[in-house]
Amino acid sequence: MENGRDRDAGMRRLRAVLEQVATPFVSVVIAMAIGSVIIWAVGYDPVKAFSALFAGAFGGPRQIGETMLRATPLIFTGLAVAYGFRAGLFNIGAEGQLFMGGLVAAWLGIALAGLPTFVIIPTILVAGALAGAAWAFVPALLKARVGAHEVITTMMFTFIARYIVSWLVTGSLKAPGQIPQTDPLPVESTLPRFIDILPGLGTGRAHLGFLIAIVFAVVVWWVLKYTTLGYEARAVGFNRWASETGGVSVSATTVKSLCISGALAAMAGITEVIGVHGRLFDQFSAGFGFTGIAVALLARNNPLGVIATAVLFGALSAGAGTMQLQANVPHKVIFIIQGLVIFLVAAQQLAHWILHPLKGREEVKGA
Amino acid sequence: MGTALLEVREVTKRFPGVLANDKVSLSLAEGEIVALLGENGAGKSTLMNVVYGLLAPDGGEILVDGNTVHVRSPRHAIDLGIGMVHQHFMLVEPLTVTENIVLGIEPTRYGEVIDFAKARADVAELSERYGLFVDPGATVRDLPVGMQQRVEILKALYRRARVLILDEPTAVLTPQEVRELFAVVRSLVAEGLSVVFITHKLEEVMSIADRVVVMRDGRVVGETRPSETDTAGLALMMVGRDVVFRIEKQPSTCGDTILEVSDVSVLDERRLEAVHSVSFRVCAGEILAIAGVSGNGQTELVEAITGLRKVAGGAITLAGSDITHASARQTIEAGVSHVPEDRHRRGMVLEFDLAENMILGDHRRLPFARHGVMDKAAIARITTERVAEYDVRTPSIRVAGNALSGGNQQKLVLARELGRDPELLVAAQPTRGLDVGAIEFVHKQILAERDVGKGVLLVSLELEEIQTLADRILVMFEGRIVKEFAAGEASDEDLGYYMTGGGGDKLAGEHAELSGTEVD
Repeated sequence: MENGRDRDAGMRRLRAVLEQVATPFVSVVIAMAIGSVIIWAVGYDPVKAFSALFAGAFGGPRQIGETMLRATPLIFTGLAVAYGFRAGLFNIGAEGQLFMGGLVAAWLGIALAGLPTFVIIPTILVAGALAGAAWAFVPALLKARVGAHEVITTMMFTFIARYIVSWLVTGSLKAPGQIPQTDPLPVESTLPRFIDILPGLGTGRAHLGFLIAIVFAVVVWWVLKYTTLGYEARAVGFNRWASETGGVSVSATTVKSLCISGALAAMAGITEVIGVHGRLFDQFSAGFGFTGIAVALLARNNPLGVIATAVLFGALSAGAGTMQLQANVPHKVIFIIQGLVIFLVAAQQLAHWILHPLKGREEVKGA
Repeated sequence: MGTALLEVREVTKRFPGVLANDKVSLSLAEGEIVALLGENGAGKSTLMNVVYGLLAPDGGEILVDGNTVHVRSPRHAIDLGIGMVHQHFMLVEPLTVTENIVLGIEPTRYGEVIDFAKARADVAELSERYGLFVDPGATVRDLPVGMQQRVEILKALYRRARVLILDEPTAVLTPQEVRELFAVVRSLVAEGLSVVFITHKLEEVMSIADRVVVMRDGRVVGETRPSETDTAGLALMMVGRDVVFRIEKQPSTCGDTILEVSDVSVLDERRLEAVHSVSFRVCAGEILAIAGVSGNGQTELVEAITGLRKVAGGAITLAGSDITHASARQTIEAGVSHVPEDRHRRGMVLEFDLAENMILGDHRRLPFARHGVMDKAAIARITTERVAEYDVRTPSIRVAGNALSGGNQQKLVLARELGRDPELLVAAQPTRGLDVGAIEFVHKQILAERDVGKGVLLVSLELEEIQTLADRILVMFEGRIVKEFAAGEASDEDLGYYMTGGGGDKLAGEHAELSGTEVD
C-alpha cells in the first residue's frame, strides 16, 4: 500500500515534469512547422533551410561555440526575468539593468588596468551586478512604498540607462576617433575564451561567461527551492496576503527580488562587454533584456529550463547566418520563428489542447 | 400523484478518477422545496450542474414535465424554466440591479433602444409579487451580499423560471439575511415555484424543506421529511456515522492573562475608525468568543491583534509584553497563532504544496531552516507527522493546497497554527464552509488547545459555534463591545438582539442609521 502510494506520487511527479517540458517543446515544433510553410511559401526549400540552420548552430565546435556565445546573455536575462516572475514582478526593464552592468564593467575594466586578472574580473562581476541591483532598486522601492507598477518604472529606467551609456560613449568615455565607443579593455580585464585555455577545443568566440551563466542558473534554482529567500519570494509571488499573514514582509521581499533580478540582468551586460566585445558602445546589446522575457516564459520561469531555452534562442541566432548563406533564406526569417515561438508560448493553452485534445475542454467546464 | 415538474433518473457523471454522481435519481413536484443535503464533495453541485446544462451527464436522463430533455447549456435550461443561483454570484458589479436583471433579454423599443422604463416597471412588479424588495436603481457593487442574492433570484424569475436551484445559498449570509431568504423562498413556493435547496447545514433543512434527499459519495443514500427525523438523524445519513453535537466541555480554569486589549482603536481601508476603544482580556485556559454580524469591526480587530493592521490607539499585550506595534512576524514569534477568516486569501498559498504551506510563518526558524537554508528532510518529516495527526486527507504532501477539499485545507491551516504550540490562538470563523465532520474536528482541536491552558480568541458569525465553544461571549456591534455574557447565560435570541444593535446606547443607534447604506 505504502509502496503503491510512493509509486503513484513518483509517477505524478514524472508526469508533471514531462508536462512542463512538453508544452514548450510542442510550441517550438509548431513554430518550426509554421516557419517551414512560410519559407516554402516565399519560394525556398524549408528542409534545406532548417538543415543549414542546424549546421550553423551545432555543425562543429566553432558553430557550437557561437551558439554558446549567443546563449550566454540570454541565460542571464532569462534568469533575471524568471526570478522576478516567481516573486510576482514583471521586470520588463532587464535591458536597462544590463546596460548599467555593461557600463560599470567597461569603466572598471579600463580604470583597473594593470591589476591581475583574478582581482579585476571578480571586482567587475561584483560591482557590475551591484550596479544592476541599484538600477532596479529605485523602481523596487517605488513599487514597495507607493505601488508604482514596475512595468512602467523599469521600462522608463531602461531609457535612462541607454541614454546615459550613449552620452558617455560619445562623451567622457569616448575613445579617440570617429566611432562612439570606449577604448578597448586591456587583456587582463577580459574574460578568457575557452580556446585561450584549451586551444584544441576549437569553440571560436565562446568565453567563460557561458560557464558562469550555467553556475548562476543552478544557484538561482537552488535559491528558489532551498532557501528562505526564495521561499518568501515565491510565497509573495503566489499570494501576498497569505505571505503577509505568515509574517513575510511583502515590501522587503519585493525590493530584494527585483534587486536580485536586476543583478542577474546586469551579468548579461558585464559578460558581453568583458567577454565578447572587449569595449562598450551604444548598441552592444541586441535587445537581450527583452529576449530574456521570451526565454523565461518558454522555460516557464524554471531556472534550469532557462538554460535550455536560452540555448535554443542562441542556436536560432547562430544558425541564421548559415541559413542565409547556404539556403538563401533571409536570416530575418529567424525573427519570424522566434516571434511564433513567443506567440505560441503566450497561447500555451493551444499546445495544451494538442497534448490533451479532450481533457482540456472537460477541465474548463468542470471548473 | 401527478407528473413531476423536474425529474432526474439515474444520472451518472464521471470525472477523471472520481464517480461524482452514481445513478442519482430525484424528483421535484410543483410548489415543493427539496433540500439536497450532503457533505462537501458528495456530488450535490455536480448533479445540479448537470441539470442546469453546465455538465453533460455520462448516463441517465432528465425529464421536465414528463418529457425527456437533453439540457445543452444554461441558456437551454432557462428556456426549460430552470434557474440557478450559484454560490458565487454571476453579476456585473458596476451595473444597476435592473440592468443586471434584464441583461441579455432587455426589453427594447425601436429596435435596439433599451426600454428602461419598462425594465424598471417589470423588475418592480416582480419584486412586489414575490416580496423580494431591492432598490432597482442601486448599483450591485454597493449592495450587501444578501441583496445581491436577491438580484440573482430576480434574474431567474425574470427569465420565467419555474424551478429554482439554490446552491449553498446561506453560506455567505448573516443569520438575519438567512431568515429573510427563507421568507422569500416560502413566498416563491406559495406562488407555485419549486425550489431545490443545496446545503450541508442541518438546521436549514429542518426549517425550510418539504423533503430531504441526502447524498454521500456521489449516491443518494436516503430520502426523508423533516417531520420524520431530526438533525441527528440527518447527520447520521449524511456522514454515515454518529456525529457528536454537543461536544463535552469542562468548565474553564482561568489562569494568567494571556492577551490584554486596552482601549484599542483600529482604522479600516477607508481610514474610518472600524474599532472604537475596545478592551478585553483573554486568560489562559479560556475561549473568549466575539459574536457579531459580519462587518462590525471583527476583521479589523483580529488583524490588529495579529500584527496585520496598524493600531490607531490603545495597547495590546501578550503575556505581559507589549505587542501593540509588533509586525506579523514578531507577533507569530511572540506566540500568537492565527486561523484567518479567509483561508484561500490569508490562510494558505493555494499553489504551494502541503509541506510548503505547513511551514509558512515558521519557515525561517529551526528545525525548518538554519541560516536561511531550508531543511527539506525535516520539513517533509514534520509535515507528514502533522498531516497524520490532524487527519488531513491527501494522497501525498507534495500535492498543491488547491487539490484539497475545504475541510482538509482548514485542517492543514490548523495543523500549522497549532503545531507551532502558540500561547494564544486567534481563530476567525474557523469552520466557515465546512461540513459537519470537519466542524466537529476543528471544534475539538480548539477545545483541546484551551484544555492545555492556552488562550483562545474565537471570532464567529455562527451562534451555534459560539454557544458550543465559548467560556465567555462578547458581542460586537459597530466596532464596539456592546455586551458580555458568561457561557450558557445567553440564548441565541439574546445574542441576536445585541448583535443587531438592540442593546446599544442612543449614540450607537444613530450611528447605525447613518451608516446603514454603506454596508459592504
